[in-house]
Amino acid sequence: MLIRNMLFVLLLSMSFSVKAALDIEITGAGEHQIPISVVAFAGEDTLTQKIGTVIANDLKRSGLFRLVDPAGKTPHEMRDVVYSEWAEADGLVIGSAVVLADGRIEVKFRLLDTHKQTQLLGQSVISKGDQVRAIAHKIADLIYEKFTGDAGVFSTRIAYINRDNKIFRLVVADSDGYGEQSVLTLKQPIMSPSWSPDGSHLAYVTFEQDRAIVYVQSLFTRQRFALASFEGSNSAPAWSPDGKQLAIVLTRDGTSSIYIVRPDGSGLRRLTYTDAIDTEPSFSPDGRFLIFASDRGGSVQIYRMPVDGGFGERLTFEGNNNFSPRYSPDGNSFVFMHSTGGQFYIATQDFKTKQIQVLTNVGWEKKPSYAPNGKIILFATESLGRGILSTVSSDGMVKQKMTPQQGDIREPMWGPFLK
Amino acid sequence: MKKLSLSVSVLLISLLAACASDKPAEVAPAPVAATEAPAPVADTPKEVAPVAVDELNDPNNILSKRETFFDFDKSVVKAEFKPMVQAHGQYLASHTDRKIVVEGNADERGSSEYNLALGSRRATSVKKMLVVSGAKAGQVATVSFGESKPRDTAHNEAAWSQNRRADIVYK
Repeated sequence: MLIRNMLFVLLLSMSFSVKAALDIEITGAGEHQIPISVVAFAGEDTLTQKIGTVIANDLKRSGLFRLVDPAGKTPHEMRDVVYSEWAEADGLVIGSAVVLADGRIEVKFRLLDTHKQTQLLGQSVISKGDQVRAIAHKIADLIYEKFTGDAGVFSTRIAYINRDNKIFRLVVADSDGYGEQSVLTLKQPIMSPSWSPDGSHLAYVTFEQDRAIVYVQSLFTRQRFALASFEGSNSAPAWSPDGKQLAIVLTRDGTSSIYIVRPDGSGLRRLTYTDAIDTEPSFSPDGRFLIFASDRGGSVQIYRMPVDGGFGERLTFEGNNNFSPRYSPDGNSFVFMHSTGGQFYIATQDFKTKQIQVLTNVGWEKKPSYAPNGKIILFATESLGRGILSTVSSDGMVKQKMTPQQGDIREPMWGPFLK
Repeated sequence: MKKLSLSVSVLLISLLAACASDKPAEVAPAPVAATEAPAPVADTPKEVAPVAVDELNDPNNILSKRETFFDFDKSVVKAEFKPMVQAHGQYLASHTDRKIVVEGNADERGSSEYNLALGSRRATSVKKMLVVSGAKAGQVATVSFGESKPRDTAHNEAAWSQNRRADIVYK
């Protein structure tokens, strides 16, 4: 637990850019939006970021909250709150920020139930002065969890590839697109970023040696090494939930097959033995199964097999082809790219009912991944000829477009919780 | 004598220019500022040594063709490309010191990882035909770029058909 806390602090301290790298546009809304009012925090004008605004934007982006304008009222303490004035909102967020003598900041916040006239949450946090956004995201996470029962993902991070002319960058950013930082910049393509379960490392594929090679890189030290550089293509890395192994795809023994390897490159073990293409493995949350895309049945479909080896069971039957499967965090369903009529959509399928739900409708949606709370799906799409990020809530109700200020975005992957 | 050698070199350059491949970069620049007029062409042919043109670069030779295009999601070498691939296989069989890489590519439809695998399968498909035609397996390496290095970045069938391709590249 101590180590996990340290990881979180380290990751926070890496954030330096407060500029949004993405312009965000939200459409749709949850069926039962929670009305909530967030009052500007006392003292936030002296900070680099307005805490109340960051919290309000986070809650709004989730699509599950409706912001109620404080209409000029500015309570910062419980004694300032006249509950009858806030009847339109279910929740009221108030707080204050103080810059301490040593430059750190102390943030206090309260979440109040305006109907029961009670405090639902109340906390005080002291942190480095450059972590205002991180604190605000944490507060938004707590508010989200209090109302929905699901952990918030506003503090989590995403990885993606940004291609600008011939320059490829592997980027890590906050889930709202702020704090973008380049982990790797190359003149050759980069693809398939994959987060280690503790968020400390990324595995990915580059063509810097003129063929696909899998690298693992520490986000703390920035050191990296080639995990798999066998003859042929080395690709599609996916970490096991315990972080003790990765599934990768190699062509060294023929057609693309799935292998298991330890994070230090040792213990290579072949898992699939067909003449077909087997690729894009994803571990089940319990670590016992892999789902993957294969054309062993003619068309490309999603299959599931035990990590110990054995029979591959076909899971998808609808559409022309299905690609890029990823397990949901609860293991009850998977998300994938569903191809029908030459178009590509994001869809989910329930393991038990085998019901498929298509969540998008434009027709050029690729590379889906779940937020760690399973409530949002991140994917790549195009808008006006540019590669952009997009999200859809797992019920399909709320959609969000995130357009980069420069370049094309591809191959996004949502990172894990950092606790 | 000086006059003669100049006119020979002019002729050689124009011959080379005619035989060079269609790549502009390989075309020799036209001679400029010759101080004296070249001798009549009719006087010189028997003075010119035969020019050795690499048959790989002779635009009239099938070996100057290096590209195999594929149907969507397919890796079978289509009939129209077989004579070309077979010719390269025979060339490699008679030039055992030459080595090549077959680079497989895919269009952007599907997933990037599946397309990487598909590009690999296309390159392997060309390699198999080269080996059947006489090349040694050790002369032919394969690599896949998947959808990551498109020749045409447009999002339409014209572009995609260009990008579903395997290239034979001589080392």
